[in-house]
Amino acid sequence: MKAVIALPFLWLGVFFLLPFALVLAIALGINAPDSVPPVELGFSLKNFVLLFTDDLYLAAWLTSLRIAATSTAVTLLLGYPMAYAIARAAPECRPLLLMLVVLPFWTSFLIRVYAWMGLLDENGLLNQFLRWSGIAADPAPILGTEWAILLGIVYAYLPFMVLPLYATLEKLDAGLLEAAADLGARPITAFLTITLPLSLPGIVAGCLLVFIPAVGEFVIPDLLGGTETLMIGKVLWDEFFTNADWPLASAIAICLLVLLVGPIALFQRQQARSLERRS
Amino acid sequence: MSEPIIRIEGLTKRFGAVSAVDKVDLEVARGELFALLGGSGCGKTTLLRLLAGFETPDSGRLLIDGHDMTGVPPHLRPINMMFQSYSLFPHMTVAENVGYGLRREGVAKTETATRVAQALEQVKLSDFATRRPAQLSGGQRQRVALARALVKRPKLLLLDEPLAALDRKLREGTRFELVRLQAELGLTFVMVTHDQEEAMSMASRMAVMEAGRVVQVGSPHEVYERPTSRFVADFIGIANILAAPDGRWLALRPEKIVLSAAPPDTAHTAAGRIVDIAYEGGRSLYRVALDDGHVMTAATANVARIPDISFRRGESVWLGWAEDAGHLLDE
Repeated sequence: MKAVIALPFLWLGVFFLLPFALVLAIALGINAPDSVPPVELGFSLKNFVLLFTDDLYLAAWLTSLRIAATSTAVTLLLGYPMAYAIARAAPECRPLLLMLVVLPFWTSFLIRVYAWMGLLDENGLLNQFLRWSGIAADPAPILGTEWAILLGIVYAYLPFMVLPLYATLEKLDAGLLEAAADLGARPITAFLTITLPLSLPGIVAGCLLVFIPAVGEFVIPDLLGGTETLMIGKVLWDEFFTNADWPLASAIAICLLVLLVGPIALFQRQQARSLERRS
Repeated sequence: MSEPIIRIEGLTKRFGAVSAVDKVDLEVARGELFALLGGSGCGKTTLLRLLAGFETPDSGRLLIDGHDMTGVPPHLRPINMMFQSYSLFPHMTVAENVGYGLRREGVAKTETATRVAQALEQVKLSDFATRRPAQLSGGQRQRVALARALVKRPKLLLLDEPLAALDRKLREGTRFELVRLQAELGLTFVMVTHDQEEAMSMASRMAVMEAGRVVQVGSPHEVYERPTSRFVADFIGIANILAAPDGRWLALRPEKIVLSAAPPDTAHTAAGRIVDIAYEGGRSLYRVALDDGHVMTAATANVARIPDISFRRGESVWLGWAEDAGHLLDE
């Protein structure tokens, strides 16, 4: 019994805590381009100070937050009706509809993002269609803009929003909506006062599942975005591979984690508390 | 006579090939405590859901207070319902649950608070206003559901198996409580139940349903003493069904039969042997195999704590009943 509990902790210790300690150690070190690895260990806060003083990093951080927040909001607006429709569909249809939601996972993420490049290119399918249909004679390129990044993130992360929402909506007792209607609530009022508050755990879970990886997203901004949109994940990559500045890249990773995990952990603790009060 | 609060004309609801409610005609007068009684799948719940507007009929008409309810959605009907599983809103307190319907009507905040407090008083839950449904016992939840419906002052309250989720002791108390509230508030209750005892003890009138149809409507006394069919006679209480001389059937209730060691001095007698005794405290049921092979059930009221004579299994006994003890069935 104890071994069963210890195993996941051991796993986390070896594959999360230990690497995290290494990253932290590197972040506190100094860049040494000539040695292998290019780090001189020590205790220097220089990298962290740079992160908070150089506008570039702050801007990248804010851009990341903005893009992640926008795409989370859009996936929520798209995902909620989808999850609702699946949860309300005939029980025999639901597995098929859920299958359709997770179907994209059967293809490699990278390939799907490349496919979007083909669609959004200057002479891609989308612009060809716009020209052919006469909607726009000379459509602007979408690839390389922030719109393309948003589109890519929304597309890639939509299932992570739909699935937790579906899980809570499917559990929702339809009798509660009948009770609300019986007490004089119009369907929209019943939705706002019963369905929405009771699906809040699913909304929170879905938003976290989309927002957290979207903030640090690298592949989508790198492939679909242009040079002017700087997201923190891309900055991290550049520091690590282009500039070979391991300590600075590690400091970015640490900040990303602390700035993201801190508020989320707090939020979740509050959620758990309000749930306790409820039951 | 004033317009009945409910008038149902030829109401039919089909699910696929099955007629859950089949050409039902029914009227419920103002101030009645009306029970829809039947086994599972008889259509009583569907009929209640048609009244509330959760199902749409395939044909027929439903008038509430003289108004045709065809096409009227549930939230616009002058009806409230107490759901079998109560359907309390888990994310709201007791007071919020009870006040929900008033907020939908746009009742002012102060009036809502007063009426909620009053409704909670009525069901003796004043001390529980800030609790959540999950923190209440089954009986308390049932009372919240009742208060939530009553606070709207509906003309008509529908109750779907109101006592089914309570344990037996609580059920008896709640039964009287519901009847008292109904009489005090002067409301019309329509109650669905599968429990004949519940229907008999509470209802002023009842409809017995079978396979989507109403097979008999009447006061509990009428339905018990003058059942119109073998189904009703058999479904309500215990009935001995005997062949009458003219080819019809006679329903004879066990308590109308006297059991004695010597041939009794009654219009009808039969001799037999006791094959089974069920002691129920207040009464005992005896299953007696007659000499002609039929088995009849007779009941004795256990009036004395220590009876003078007691019958045993296997003993030969006589059954006797008066000329008018049985009721001739129409079908």
